[in-house]
Formats: sequence, structure tokens, C-alpha cells
Amino acid sequence: MTRLEPPVLELEAVRAAYGPYRALFGVSFSVDRGAAVALLGPNGAGKSTVARVASGLVRVSSGSVRVDGRDVTGEPAWRIARAGLAHVPEGRGVFDSLSVEENLVLSFRRRAGRGEVSTSLERAYERFPALGQRRHDRAGALSGGQQRLLSLAKVLVAPPKVLIADELSLGLAPSVIDDVYAGLADARRSGTALVVVEQQIDRALALASSAVVLDRGAVVYFGPAQGARAVAEEVVARRHRVEEDAATQVGPGARPPAGREGRT
Amino acid sequence: MEQLLGFAVPGIPYGCAYAVFAVGLVLTYQTTGVFNFGYGAQAYASAFVFAWLVENHAWPTWAAFLCSVVILGPGLGLVFDRFLFRRIPSTNTTARVVTGLSLLVGIPALLPVIFGNGNLVGAPSIVFNPDTVYFHLGSDVPVNGIYLSAVLFAVVMLVVLVLLLRTTSLGLEMRAGVESRRLLELEGVNAPRVTATAWALCGLMAGLAGVLLAPTEVTVQAQDYVTLMVAAIAAAACAALRSMSVAAVVAVLIGVVSLTAQGYLPTSSFWYSAVLPAFPFLVLVGALLLVPGLRRLDEAKDPLSSVDPPPPPPSSRLRGREIDWIVRTGFWVLLFAFVGSMLTWMPPSWETVLNQGMAYSVIFLSVTLLTGTAGQLSLAQATLAGIAAFTAGQLARHVGLDFLAGAVLGALAASVVAAVLAVASLRLRGLGLALMTLAAALLFDVAIFPAQAVSGGTGGITLSSSWLPLDLFAPDGHAYFLLALLVLVVCAGGVALVQRGTVGRFLAAMRGSELGAAGVGVNLPWQRVLAFALSGALAGVGGALLAIQQTVIAPGEFNYQLSLAFVVIVLTTGVGTVEGAIQAGIGLVVVEQLLQYAPQRLQGLTFVLFALGALTYAAHPEGIVELEKRRWTERAERVLAHRHRSPATSSVGPS
Ligand SMILES: Nc1ncnc2c1ncn2[C@@H]1O[C@H](COP(=O)(O)OP(=O)(O)OP(=O)(O)O)[C@@H](O)[C@H]1O
Ligand SMILES: [Mg+2]
Repeated sequence: MTRLEPPVLELEAVRAAYGPYRALFGVSFSVDRGAAVALLGPNGAGKSTVARVASGLVRVSSGSVRVDGRDVTGEPAWRIARAGLAHVPEGRGVFDSLSVEENLVLSFRRRAGRGEVSTSLERAYERFPALGQRRHDRAGALSGGQQRLLSLAKVLVAPPKVLIADELSLGLAPSVIDDVYAGLADARRSGTALVVVEQQIDRALALASSAVVLDRGAVVYFGPAQGARAVAEEVVARRHRVEEDAATQVGPGARPPAGREGRT
Repeated sequence: MEQLLGFAVPGIPYGCAYAVFAVGLVLTYQTTGVFNFGYGAQAYASAFVFAWLVENHAWPTWAAFLCSVVILGPGLGLVFDRFLFRRIPSTNTTARVVTGLSLLVGIPALLPVIFGNGNLVGAPSIVFNPDTVYFHLGSDVPVNGIYLSAVLFAVVMLVVLVLLLRTTSLGLEMRAGVESRRLLELEGVNAPRVTATAWALCGLMAGLAGVLLAPTEVTVQAQDYVTLMVAAIAAAACAALRSMSVAAVVAVLIGVVSLTAQGYLPTSSFWYSAVLPAFPFLVLVGALLLVPGLRRLDEAKDPLSSVDPPPPPPSSRLRGREIDWIVRTGFWVLLFAFVGSMLTWMPPSWETVLNQGMAYSVIFLSVTLLTGTAGQLSLAQATLAGIAAFTAGQLARHVGLDFLAGAVLGALAASVVAAVLAVASLRLRGLGLALMTLAAALLFDVAIFPAQAVSGGTGGITLSSSWLPLDLFAPDGHAYFLLALLVLVVCAGGVALVQRGTVGRFLAAMRGSELGAAGVGVNLPWQRVLAFALSGALAGVGGALLAIQQTVIAPGEFNYQLSLAFVVIVLTTGVGTVEGAIQAGIGLVVVEQLLQYAPQRLQGLTFVLFALGALTYAAHPEGIVELEKRRWTERAERVLAHRHRSPATSSVGPS
């Protein structure tokens, strides 16, 4: 891949906050076209916030976000989505009150175009037969795993330029996780760049070419996937030690320190 | 058979009128996620402007139609969206209900202020001539233009909207946007525009409904739209706010059944005078008790709500020691100054006004406890106040009981009614609970308070000074003031104690998250009944106090509109704290009194002002007074921190 092409996603010195609570302190990294990046870090490190900043759900306080070379800082989420970024959020990412088919139709009309809806539906049901069987059920009635598959199916049929998947495997049975990761690998083969947020370091690193490790809202590692494991494990272990220290110093029942969040 | 037809057929256009509104309510709920209490008011606004242009300014019908329906209708919808509902997070049901209510209260009050004269006679009809009999049903049931336009409009509207919602991509996006606008944006859909379109569409429908149905009533009156709205709400509730067709069918049935019954029942019977007017409310209560879909109304949550920052802490929590001391001292100084002024130099007219404000404050404390602390929305607080006042009045009149003793029994009665209401609505939450309490309030307004045995008819009960132990009516004495002060201090202290005590913790936990509260062992049903009972008692005490101040207890003093206004007022000033209730009570009467000095036209503006307050409520659910207090506290803390050069505890940098 030549370096002439701009990265498909690029964050530069991004700071972000939830109201008065600051969450990111100058995060920078980039994702090359067709690459797969694992986004690692302990709980509360800011992984989901990075994903939300990239997709426009959370406004940046300073810094910039570029998608496919275009500066999208401060733009509404729907514009960023149209620029080619898909974000499968943490937890439930489907419309509960709509049927499975309506969920897919809603997506395909935008991503694949109106004329392509029915062929896209066929392809989705072929790739995920479980969804085909339940096409007329409310999405809220699906199991957690099926819901994740549905949110993947929404994006996989017309692959976006970059897909951010936030903890897709959380709470799923191992066999379902295999399905989900197979879907991600498919996407990558069709040219989509991936940003995979994951608690299960092994799963993510197996898929990824490079990795970003976050701690307390800042990047502590950005480089090849091989070097990331040690850093990620170290960061998590340090976090545990800090929490244990706090617990023994202040006595049982004391809350761990709130990390970097503080009122501005 | 002929007779039955003769009674039932005139019910169809009424039913269709209800249906038009019921479908509109379901449409708004399905496309915007808001149960728009203000829908009837929107329709009324269009009808009003239409009639005003045609009657007072001799505009041609088409131009007036263009202006009032095609422009004003969607325009109002867009304004509601842009300035009110867009700012309210979808999880905040209370804010949505209250905003809708303030539109319901505010718009009919605002129109006369803008246009003058509130009741315009004979709005002209659009499609069919209302007086022409077009054909006969059976042998001699005449079908005139009003009937035709209502039926036609209802049918066309229903078909068009069902098709729009079920088959078009705009309909799909609207329904998706209700569940989560953020998720819809992630699909690349311009969600704000979809929602705005939905509001414009609903506004257009409301405007059409208002203008097309205006000729069914002789005059364009706000009251007609309220009756209409209740039937429509009942029908929409029967359809679980989901199916427009079911809502339409139920609405037609309500119209037909009431008119048929009206034809058959003897006019002097109890059924005719009490049960018939209450019929739509009974349907509503029945739906709320029986339709399972209504229990799950607020359950579909936005999966991306975790993106919102948590609400700010109350100002009292932010205060440091020094400012706390200043505030407390200031409070006592103010209290003494207030009592001193009232006893010495305050002119009697203002003393009366402030006395009334104190009585209102006690009623408002019941809102603080129920809504502010326990998070339960009740739209029947004025009704509860009325129950206590009428009980005390009737006991004094018939048994010769001292009015103050009667007031205690009355508060007890109000408390029992509130508890019964709570038990009846145990399975409802949020919007469902609001509707249930609204139905109860309307039921009392229509069927119970007007009864001779309860209120002594429309004139009400006049208090006699012999019912009271103290000389409370003495014009220049301060007896009433001292009584009101005592009651207010005891009630305010009581609420503050409850808030701080165990019960308050349980109630606050329930407000935060019912599921979470149940998880840590809070007995939810019991806490809820308790909160309602306590709040009912407070409202009752306040109601009796108000009755003494007014010397006449009239049914109109405790109607549902007042309940709505109460909730709106307390929520906009600050529902979390005892001070909030007192500020609301005093603020209400002071504003009302100041408006006395304003031109005649502006006199009805009090409610409009507080409805405007709801505009700020949408952005600041903690209430404007509370918001300002927090801002000032923060400012003061900054100044202090600066002076002391102490390290600012409130900023943690990324060092
Ligand atoms: N809605 C919110 N309001 C306030 N603070 C928030 C909010 N969401 C997240 N935070 C804070 O921002 C920081 C980063 O959170 P984030 O959810 O991005 O972490 P994460 O790495 O995704 O953690 P997890 O592994 O638990 O998903 C945390 O300190 C968290 O408490
Ligand atoms: Mg996360």
C-alpha cells in the first residue's frame, strides 16, 4: 500500500469530555486503508469514547478527526456515516421496536441504494441464516448474539470504508464470537478498514495488524500488534494494583479513585 | 331500530372528530416519541386563527386556510420541535409530559392575548356546507355537511397516514428515530430533519383537524377541544398508542355509545348527569388498567443514552462551608424580614396576596415530595387539595365540626384517595401514571365536584366565620398569616426531614432507577403508595388553607387545569427542594398580582409565563431557580477559591 493515500481514519490530539467530565486527553492515531487496528485498554480507559468521537456521537473539545482525508471535526454523526464510517456501538446496536427486516431495509436504503435493497436482503439472509428465519420478529426479541449479528449484517452487505466495532464479543458464547469474528474478517477481505475495541486481547490481536493501547484517556502505545500485548497487560495490571492499594489504604468499601475524570 | 339509528348516527361524526385527534396523538407518539398533550391546543390555534381571519378580517376562505393550516400548523410543529422537544433527552418522560402540558395550558391562554376575544362565533366550514343536508340515512336520518366532512377526513387521514408510516422509508425512519436518534444518525440518516418533518406533519394534521372540525361546534372554544382531547386520549390509550386504526375505531365507538346513551337515558337520572359526561374518562381509566401495552410504554430505551453526561448535582451539594453559612444566615434574615414586614408595614392587599402564596406553597410541597423526591408525576394535586377543602366544608356545614379539625380529616381523605390512586396505578409508570392521574382529576372535575352533595353546586361552599375558632377573617388581623406561616413551616420542615431520612433515600432511589431500587431491596409498591399518601395529605392541608383564605370553596378552584399548572410551575422553578416549592407559590401570586397593574389584555398571562418557563425546563430539568442558584454558587466558590489561593479542588488536569 502506497503512503500517498491518506489514512482512512485519523485522530489528531483529540480531547473530549462528557459535559464537565473529561475523558480523552490528546489522543492521536491513524488507520490505513484496509488495515485492522485493535483498540485496547482497561475499563474506563476511553476506548468507547474514541469510537464515539470518531463517529461524531461525542463532540471533540479540541483536536481533529479526518475520515478518508476529509476533516469531519464537529460534523453531525449522519454526515460522518455518509462519509463512509460505520460504528457498531457497545451493547445493543439495533432498533428494538422494528422488525429484523425493517432494521436491514433501513440500513440498506442508505448504504446500498434503493434499487439494491432486495438483493442485499437476500445476501444478508444467506450469510446469516439465523436472521432469515426471524426476519419478521421484532429485533428486541432476538438473543444478544443474534442482535450483534444483525448489527454486523447491516454494515457487511455494503462494506463501509472503516468499521468501528465496540466490544462485539461482550457477553457472547464462544461459538457466537467465532461467527462475529468471521464476519469481521469478511469485511476486511472486502476492503473495509477495521477498528476493533476488545477486552479479549487475544481475539483482537489475532485479527489486527496494529494496535492502540489507551490508559486514562491517553495513548500509551501505537504500533505493530505484536508489541501491544505486553503493554496492554502491564496497563491492566497496574490499574489493578492501584485499585488494591486504594482499597487497603482507605479501608474496605472505599471507592477506587475516579481516574482522570474531574470537573473542569 | 329507526330510533336507535336516529341516536347512533349523529354519534358517528362526533366519533370521527374524536378519531381524527386520536389518530393524530398516535401519529405524534409513533413518529416523535412524544405524547403530545398540546395536540388539541395546536388544533385550537389553527381553528382560532382561521375563524379570526375570516370573521374579523374578511379574508377569503382559501387564504385563511393557507395561513392557518398550511403555514401555521406545520410551523407550530416545527417550533415545538426546535425549541422544546429536541432539547429533552428521550429518557426524561417527566420533562416531555410537562412540556406538552404547558402547551395545553399555555396556548389557549396566549391566543386571546395576541388576538383579543377568546370565543369566535361560527367558524365557517371548508369542504361541505354544515347546514346543508346532503342525504338521508335509512328513511329520515339527515346527514349534513359537518357529518360528511368529519367522516371523510377521518377516513382519508387514516388511510394516508397508515400507508405513510408502514410503507415509505420516511415512515420507517420516523419510527426508528423515536427509539434512538443517535442510532439513526449512525445509519447516515439526517435524524434532526426526520424528526422535524414528523413534527411538521403532525402539526399539519392538527391544523386540518382544528379547521375542518370547527363547524361541529357553534363557537370556537378551548373547552370543546379539551372534551375532544379526553375522548381522543382514551381512544389512543385503548390502542396502546400503537395502532392508528384501533384508535380510530375506538374513538368512533365512544362517540356512538355516548350519543346513543344520551338519547335513551332520561335527562334527570344520575346516569345522565354524572356517568355520561364521565364516560370517556372511564374508558381511559379502563384502558390504563387493562391494556398491557401501556405498561411498557417507557421501556424502549435509547441504547445510546450512555453518551449523555449525568445530570449536574444540586446546588446545595456544591456549596462549600463559607457559602453554606452565608446562604443559611441569609435565609433566616430573609425569613425574619418577611415575618416582620407582614406584621408591620405590608399593605393589606399585598398581605392577602402573600397569604395566598403561602397556601399555594403548601400545595406545591406535595409536588416536591411526590415528583421531586419520589419521581412520580401526578396531575391530580389540585383535585386532592379540593377533596380536603370540600370535606372540611361539608363537615362544618352539616356536622358543625370546626373547620380546622375538618381540614385534618379532609387531608386524611385526600391522602386515602391518593393512596387508592397509587394502588390502582401500581403497574403504570411515567406517561401511564400521568394519564391515570389526569383521568382521575378530570373524573372529579366532571362527575364529582359539581354534585350538589359535594360542593353545594356551582356556587360552592361559603365559609362562615363561626366555623373557625380563631378570628381568621378579621381584615386587619394577622391571624391567618400566622396560621399559614405555622402550617407552611411545619410542612416544609416535614418534607425536608422526609427527604433527608430513610424514606427519602428510598424514594430517591426509586426516582433514580426503579429496577435498581428494587435490586437493593426497596419495596417499590409500598414506597410509591406511601409517597402518594403523604403527598395527598400535604395537598389536602394546602387546599383547606387556601379555602380559608378564599372564604369560598368553588369547584372551579380545583380543576384539572390548575393541577397541570401546579406541576408546570413547580417543575420550572425547581422541584427538588423545599425552597423550590415556596419560591413557586410566592412567585405565582406575585406575578399574578403584578399583572393586575398591566393592561387588561395581559391579565391571562400568568399561565403563559409559567408555560414559557417550561421552555427553560426543557433545557434545564433541574428548574431555572435551581440552575441560577447553581451558577451563582459556582461563581462564588470560584471567587472564594481565588481569594484563598487554595488549590482548586474542582479542576484535575492531565498532568
Ligand atoms: N456518559 C458519560 N458521562 C460521564 N462520563 C462518562 C460517560 N461515559 C463514559 N464516561 C467516562 O469516560 C471515561 C472513558 O469511558 P469509556 O466508556 O470510553 O471507557 P471504555 O474504555 O470504553 O471502558 P469499558 O471497557 O468499560 O467500556 C470513563 O472514565 C468513564 O467514566
Ligand atoms: Mg466501552
